[in-house]
Formats: sequence, structure tokens, C-alpha cells
Amino acid sequence: MLKNRIIDDEELEKPFDKEQFKRLMGYMKPYGKQVIITLILMMVAAVCGLLGPYFLQVAIDNYIEVADYKGLTIITLLFLATNLINMVCMKQRVYIMSSVGQKILYRIRQDLFEHIQTLSFTFYDSRPAGKILVRIINDVNSLGDLLTNGIINVLTDVFTLIIAIVIMAYIDARLTLVTLSTVPLLLLLVGLLKRRIRQRWQEVRKKSSNMNAYLHENLAGMRVTQAFVRQKETRNLYNDLSGDIFTTWMHAIKLNNLFWPGIELIAAIGIALVYIFGLSFLDTGAVTVGVLVAFTGYVWRIWQPINNLANFYNSLLVAMASTERIFELLDTKPDIKDEPDAYELPEIKGEVRFDNLEFYYDPEKPVLKHVDFTVKPGETIALVGPTGAGKSTIVNLISRFYDPVKGRVLIDGHDIKKVTLDSLRKQMGVMLQDSFIFSGTIMDNIRYGKLDATDEEVINAAKAVHAHEFISKMEKGYYTEVNERGSKLSQGQKQLISFARALLADPRILILDEATSSIDTQTEILVQKGLERLLKGRTSFVIAHRLSTIRNADRIMVVDQGTIIESGSHDELLEKKGVYYNLYKAQYKYLNAV
Amino acid sequence: MFIIKRILGYVGRYKGKAIAAITLLILFIFLNMISPQISRSIIDDVIRGGKRELLPILIIATIVIAAIKGIALYFRGYFFEEVSQSCMYDLRNEMFTHLQSQSFTYFDNNRIGELMSRMTGDLEGIRAFIAGGITIFIENFIYFVGTTIILLYMNVKLALVSLAVLPFVAWLAMRFDTRIRPAFSAIREQQAALNTTTQENIAGVRVVKAFAREDFEIQKFEKENRLNLEKNVNSARIWAKYFPLMDFISGLCAVSVLWFGGRMVARGEISLGTLVAFNNYLWMLISPMRMLGWVINVMEQAVSSGERVFNVLDTGSIVVDKENPYDPKEVQGHVKFEQVSLHYGDHQALNNINIDAPAGKTIAIMGATGAGKTSIINALNRFYDVSEGRVLVDGVDVRDWKLNTLRGNIGIVMQDVFLFSATIEENILYGNPNATREDVIKAAKIAAAHDFIMEMPQGYDTIVGERGMGLSGGQKQRIAIARAIIKNPKILIMDDCTSAVDMETEYAIQQALKSVMEGRTTFIIAHRISSVKDADEIIVLDNGEIVERGTHDQLVKLGGKYFEIYSQQYKDFEEFKEDRQVM
Repeated sequence: MLKNRIIDDEELEKPFDKEQFKRLMGYMKPYGKQVIITLILMMVAAVCGLLGPYFLQVAIDNYIEVADYKGLTIITLLFLATNLINMVCMKQRVYIMSSVGQKILYRIRQDLFEHIQTLSFTFYDSRPAGKILVRIINDVNSLGDLLTNGIINVLTDVFTLIIAIVIMAYIDARLTLVTLSTVPLLLLLVGLLKRRIRQRWQEVRKKSSNMNAYLHENLAGMRVTQAFVRQKETRNLYNDLSGDIFTTWMHAIKLNNLFWPGIELIAAIGIALVYIFGLSFLDTGAVTVGVLVAFTGYVWRIWQPINNLANFYNSLLVAMASTERIFELLDTKPDIKDEPDAYELPEIKGEVRFDNLEFYYDPEKPVLKHVDFTVKPGETIALVGPTGAGKSTIVNLISRFYDPVKGRVLIDGHDIKKVTLDSLRKQMGVMLQDSFIFSGTIMDNIRYGKLDATDEEVINAAKAVHAHEFISKMEKGYYTEVNERGSKLSQGQKQLISFARALLADPRILILDEATSSIDTQTEILVQKGLERLLKGRTSFVIAHRLSTIRNADRIMVVDQGTIIESGSHDELLEKKGVYYNLYKAQYKYLNAV
Repeated sequence: MFIIKRILGYVGRYKGKAIAAITLLILFIFLNMISPQISRSIIDDVIRGGKRELLPILIIATIVIAAIKGIALYFRGYFFEEVSQSCMYDLRNEMFTHLQSQSFTYFDNNRIGELMSRMTGDLEGIRAFIAGGITIFIENFIYFVGTTIILLYMNVKLALVSLAVLPFVAWLAMRFDTRIRPAFSAIREQQAALNTTTQENIAGVRVVKAFAREDFEIQKFEKENRLNLEKNVNSARIWAKYFPLMDFISGLCAVSVLWFGGRMVARGEISLGTLVAFNNYLWMLISPMRMLGWVINVMEQAVSSGERVFNVLDTGSIVVDKENPYDPKEVQGHVKFEQVSLHYGDHQALNNINIDAPAGKTIAIMGATGAGKTSIINALNRFYDVSEGRVLVDGVDVRDWKLNTLRGNIGIVMQDVFLFSATIEENILYGNPNATREDVIKAAKIAAAHDFIMEMPQGYDTIVGERGMGLSGGQKQRIAIARAIIKNPKILIMDDCTSAVDMETEYAIQQALKSVMEGRTTFIIAHRISSVKDADEIIVLDNGEIVERGTHDQLVKLGGKYFEIYSQQYKDFEEFKEDRQVM
């Protein structure tokens, strides 16, 4: 069952902390060399940038007032040179860091995508697709700036700050202390605000995720909305979710923006102190005018990086809201996975055994209570029973889409939990109730069953299920592009393509879940005929309602209330005069009506 | 540029706040420009001139100005954010509403991932522009102009020296602009592609896992991911080519001021304090010039995003209401198809279809897979418009009907059942939001769904997922039937809606539906004779044309296609009889 709807917030287990930051920085490791080069470049650039007031001071003290033009020219050329170096450094820095930043984003996205491929149906069942999509695309994107510019800028700013402090201390240590005296105030401000700001940005991302998930679902279900004329209702709900984003965002901004006036004021006080103390030092002759003038120039140079650092911290808080969510997804453990010592399932003959099996999603509502059977290789098993009795669940367990709670599933004597998922599923052909068609050509869709199949093999599979007829009639035949979900194909056509896909896989075990429910009778009969040939030698599990399909099965299993209450051939079961007999007799009533 | 204007149009709705924000911005800039004067005064008058008595005032002035600047910053930021969020809210609303009015063809041709990208990533580009870009632009412009004036006032000669670099910077900026725009468009397109690939993978996860195609999917994704990386790096390269150069040339400003200004002080043309002040102001001249690159960056991002957003808003729907549409209070439900043909692009789905279904009658449609059965439904609902002929409801062409009224009177159970991530009750209520819990239960009982719903963990309050995850095919179908029934429509359409349901349940549904169908015009599409045999008229389609029609008895007697189907299904009956012997 779905754990959260669109409008429910996702609760995060582990909020951001140093661990996560370290983890994020871990992505930078492979680029250590580039980062260091860039840092060096930025430091050089920072030094160059800082020299400006120094040059001015030197010029003022030594050359200007005494009209030493030669000296002035030399200083000016030096200034020009530092600017040039600055430019070269900046250019390299952009080249390197943008590449590094993008590669990190690429890596994070790739990791996320690869990770969710390992997650089982239970994960996908438990949340709307839109929420998963948002994490891979939007949350990763919001890290972009942080990784490309943010980190490097911060390191540069820190460096600039340190150098500036060093230079200032060299000029005059005491004034430097005065300048820095107000920094603790700033740290206090940051400390007070940071937790609450971070929480508010988390809220924003949650609401954003909700809205996007709702959007996604509505786009997917737009036809239904239009058919039922429910535009107003869905729009209203969407606007509510959209409004949530507005509200939470402004809520975050209210605190977020406090940084700026804080810094302005604290910086101003610092500077005022410099003037006051500076003048008294001037009086005692401890500093010269030139020094004081230069100093006031540097004061701004200190507060600029501090300002930047505060802003960076701010954007870090925002980005961390996204990072949390990314790591949460990466940390979700797949519950169906290969065991550490999983081995490849060898080519199977197709014996399937359910050993004392129990399954449920929710302990209160057991789905399969005590299932125990053995199917010989090549047998065709029909599963019948009321809807929701557990038929689909049984076949899902064979493919290990879910793990049993108790008991085991054995194929050719191998416990399927102990073999690799890949080797297991590649030997099965599954046709699900919901025939999902990917965008691409019909050929691509069928070929999905066996990626290295030749065109001929694909066409043969299509012929076997009588899909070839309708495909050939299409404008580009097998190369006709079908769009997302195959919206231009009828349900029956989708089923046939899906059927061909399962057959192409040439599986030892074939699972057909309501495989012909939407197909017209004529086609169904043809498919049945073909099927008889195809099922020879393959173990197959067929879930169907059509009597003749069931009749011809080697064995029929009647599933009801989570157990197999009857098992046997059609004739055997009729003789029993049990549940199957009753089912059959009931159908007689309907056919009689015909 | 036109796109920028359009974006600003949205900002214009919040004129008040925008103006307040800009005013605060100007205040901030103004105060920023005054600060160097205070510094100058402190240096010239207090430090060098020795007028200590001025110090307290100047210090207080510094701090007060800082406080005001701080407040101005806070509210400027706040207002701009509010304006940008309001614009986002508006745009999202407009886009969503507009998408709701789009035809099925639009959704056939536009992938969900693409639309998602436009409504999230592309909107984000516009938001960044409104929240920050406008500020940067105005700020730098004012700084530049204001500083130029101040500098000219302080010393014309030196001011002109510092402005000499401007033409070069501007020229570079323009070249940068032309290069960066296509790069950004490429990035946005690739983002959409990435979105689409990921979306499909998530939606089709069951098939991916069933065929163990995870590796294949990963490769598919990797390709798009890599392209995304490349396009981003490409735009960064362009940035790297131009921006540092622009930065350097702007910086030449300071170099030239040092040299010329130094000489001027030496010659006594200007005071040292003036030079120092000039230098302090220089930053306010250079910075805007440098920022020109940024401004262009932000602007072009907004343009490439804006293009895609407005493209969604500007695409008209091909199925729309005409002026003064037919909007009756009472609907009878008399449906008529007159020589209807329907095309999907080049493919002809229906050819010369003629049906007359008086109010309250039941019409059954049978035919091979892809014969055109659903197309008939599509034409009636105006999900797609006919290419020839017309469909009439109550004697009025459906194209003349008000779309929502037409559809409001048709209850449909579609082949591909889509349920929303909500409770079962909410899903059924989707058919009629004003219905009560009793109505829901009544509808569920008719649809033979009530029993299995009551067996679920939270009954009607159980949450089911998108695509009805957690429910079997038959259960989904029955919920969809309940959804259509609760709408209480004059015209009921059931498109193969019991395909996944066993015969016993189907029979129960049919019996219950009999009473519901009374007085309603009903269209049934099915494969089983048992589903259609009681219809007032049965139509057999083949390749988009009607090949047989009549009542069950008439068609059986005819001995044609219908009879074939009947025989086949009747064979089951024969087999039954054999078994009967055993039984």
C-alpha cells in the first residue's frame, strides 16, 4: 500500500549534519588534484587582488607626493601585472571548476539512478513516482551552484581573509585586532539562526516535492481529469500545494535575510572602532597617515570575504536541504537484493517449488497463508480464483519481485534467494497485467525481451502472438514510434506487444498474468493455438478467466483466501465436486444465458 | 528581449512591492555612495586635518547609515523574493490550467518528463531572474550611472580616464551574449530529455525488473546524463572565454586611475584625499562593468527558460469550445453518429460510421483488437475530433456543445484504468465530488467492489497508488466502474471494463448495472458475448468500418463474424456439456 500520498510530507530520518557534509565533499575526492590547482590559482588571484590598496599606499607614501614619476610608473605596471595574473587565474579556475562541479553532479545523479534500479517494488509501491523524480532531477540541480562555485569561492574567501589579516597584522597588529573584535558578534548571530533557517528550507523542499509529485500524477492522469471534468478540483488542490511553497519559502526568507543587516551593522561597528583607535594610535605616533589610510582600505577587504562566507553559509543551509534528501534516497536499502555469496542460476529445466510459503504486506492481512506445491518442468499451471485471492502474488514471488515472509521458492532445487537476481529473471518471461510500453519503436519495445535479438527474431515473436498483422498495417510497421505508455495503441495491441516481448526472451518459465484479457476472441483463439506450441517444454503459470485456457492446463490450482484449496487437472477437479466444480458450474449459468 | 518584457509583465502585477523593493534598492545604493564621502571626510578632515570634533558625528553617521542600509537590504530582498514567488505561483497556475485544456493529441505528443521540466526547471530560471537578476541589473546600472556622475563632479579629466575602457567591455559583452544564448537553450533541452528518461524508467519499473533490464536502463540514463554534463561544460567554456577578459579590462580602470591620478596629485591638480575617494568610488564603477557578464548570464538563462515556459502557454488547444457553446440544463442522451470518419494523423481509425442511439438504449460494440472501438468513444467525448461527418448528442453536434457540459454528462470507464494516489473513497468521489459516503458505497456495491474494499486494511480509507498499485486488475476496474456510476450520467460508456474480472463477478456487475442503465444511453465495448448479448443493438467493427449490426438473435442468424465469435465462445458451452456428463 502507498505510504504517503501527494499531500503528505515525507519525513526525513537523518537531518543534515557534519557527516553528510563530509559525504558530499567525498564526491570531490577524485578531483583532489584539480581542486588543489584551482585553490592555488585562486590564492594567487586573491593575493593579486589584495595588493591593490597596498600599491596605493606605497604610491601615496613614496611616489605621489614627491612626484617620483618613474616610481609611480613602476608601481602602476606592477598593478597591471597583478591584474593580468588575476585574469589568467580566473580563466583557469572557471575551466577547471565548472568541469569538476558538473562531473560531480553527473556522478551524484548517476549514483542515484543506479541505486534506485536496485530497489524493489515495495519501494516503488510506497511513494508517488513524482517524488522520486524530483530527487534525481531537481534536488541534484539545486546543488549545482554550490559545487561549481560555492566551495571554491569559500576556500578562496577564507584564504583572502587570512592573507588580508596577515597583511594587516604586518602593517599594524593592534589595529587588526580592533578590526576583528566584532567578528564574534557575527558568529553569535549565525549560531542563533542557523538551525531554524535550515529547518525552514527543509520545509520548502518538502512542499516542493509534494507539489511536483502531484503535478506529475496529474499530467499522467490528465485524460481522466478531462473525462470526468474535474479540472477545477485538481487545479484547486494544485494551487494549494503551490501556495504551500510560497508560504514556506517566505517563511524561510524572513530569517534568511537577517544575515545581511547583521553583517552591515557589525562591519560598521568594526570600522568605527578602527577609526577611533586608529586616531589615538596616530596621536601616539604608532601609525602613519599612509598606514591608516591603507588600513581603512583593507578593512573593507576583510568584511567582503566575511560577507561572502556568511552568504555561502546561507546557501549551504539551502543546499543541504536538498542534500539530505539525496542521501536519504541513496541510503534506502533495497530489500530484495543479491546475497553476498549469491551465485548464478544455471540454465534451468523449470521445476518450481513453493515450500511452506507465507506472504503478507501487513501482518494483519495475510495474502498467502500456506502455499506448498511442486510444478514439474514443462507443466502448464492455471491459477484461478476470485480477484485478489493471491494469484498475482504467487507469480510475483516466482520472479522474486517480493520475498516470502516465511518459506522458500525453489527453482530446480535452487532457493531463489540465493541466486543472483539477474540470472533468475533473465530466464523468465513475464507478462504483467499492466502492459507498459516505452516510448520508442515497436521493434524496440519487443526487443526489450532480448536485447541482442535480430529483427527476424523480433518479427517471429510478433507473428507467434498474432501481433504481426496489426503492426504491419501501421504506417512505419515495426519502426512506428509509439509514445509514452503507448497512448496511441489500444489496450489489446499493447497486450500483444507485451506478449511478444515475453516470448522473445525465450524463457524456461513463462508467466502470463491476464495475458489475453483485453484481446478480442478471434485473436485470442489464434494466440491460444500458437501458445500451445510455445508452451511446450516450458513451465508456465497462467492466470486467466477464460475457460478453455484453464481447461487445457496440465494442472489447475484454485487459489482462495491465500491458500491453494484445490489442485489437479480439469477432469480430476470436476470429479471432486469441490470449489472448482462450483466455479465451473456457476459459469455454466452465464454461458447458458448465451 | 520580448521574453524579458513578458516576464516583467508578470512582475508588473505586483507593482507595489516591486516599486517598494526598487526604492529600497536605490536607497541602499545611495547610502553606499555616501559612505566613501564620509571616509574621505574622516581622512581629509579628521586624520590629516586634525578636526577631531567632527569624529563623533561621522562615526555615528557611519553606524546609522549601516543600520539603515541593513534594513533596506532586508526588505529589498524580502520584497523581491515575495514578488518572484508570487509570479511563480501565477505562472504555475496558468500553466497548469492551460495544460488542463489541452487535447489528448497534445498529451500523445508531449511527454510528461518534458512538461515536468518546463514547469519546474524552466520556471526556476525565471524565478532566479526575478528574485535576483532584476536587482543585479538595476543595482549595477544605478551604481554605474550614479558613480559616473559623482566622479565627473569630482574631476572630469580623471573620470573620463576611468570610463575609457567602457566601450571595449560593452563590445565583449555583446559577443558573449550571442554565444551564450544557444548554449543555455541546449542545456534546458537536455534537462528535459533527462527528465523524460528518468520519468519513464520510474513509471515502467515493473517491466524493467521483470526483464532484468536494469543495466540497459542505466546505460540509457548515462547517455543523457553525460550529454547534460557536456552541454553545461560547454556553456562554462564560453563563460571562461569572455568573463575574465571583461573583468580584466574593467580592472584597467583602476590601473589608469592610479597612474594618471598619481601624476595629477603630484602636479597639484587634485588633492590626495580626492584621489583616495576617487579610488574608493572606482570599485562602484568597475564592479558594474564586471557584472555585465553576470547580468547577461542571468538574462539569457531567463530568456531560454522563458521561451520554453511561454511556449506551453501559447500552444492553443485544438479541441476548444466555440463561441456561445450549447449548454443545456437537461440532457436526454440521444447519440447519433452521421458518416463519421476519424484520423489520428495519417492513420484512419474510423470510416463512415453511422449509429443511432436513442436515449436510454444500449449499444454494444465488438471487433478485433485495434478495429476502432475506442475511437468511437473518443469521437463522442471529443477527446479527438472527427475528420469527416459529425457526432450529435440531442441533435446538436458535439463540437457545438460546451465541452465540460458534454463530458459532464458522460460517465466513462476507460480501457487503461488510471487511479490517483488517494484513498479508495477519494478515487470513487472523483466521479462526483458532491456525493456522500452512502453514494460511494452504493456505487461500489453496484460495481461489485464493496466486498473487497471492506476487506482492505482501512476499507474505503485505504490509500491506493498511481496506476492503482496494490490492487489487482479486476479490483481497479471495479473501482473505475464505481467512479463512473457515481457520476449519475445520462450517457454511460464502458470500454472493455470487465476484461480482468472473472465471469461470476462480471455477471453480478451486469445484473446490477441493468438497473443503473435504465434510462441511460449506454455504450458497451466488450469481447465476451455474455457482455453484449442483451444490448439493443450490437455493432461489429472491422478495420474502422461497421461490418455487421443488429440484435444478438439477428446476428447469430446472420452467420457472419458475430456468429463466429459466438460459436467460439459457445464451444466453451459445448465443452461444458461434455463435462456436464461427467458432472
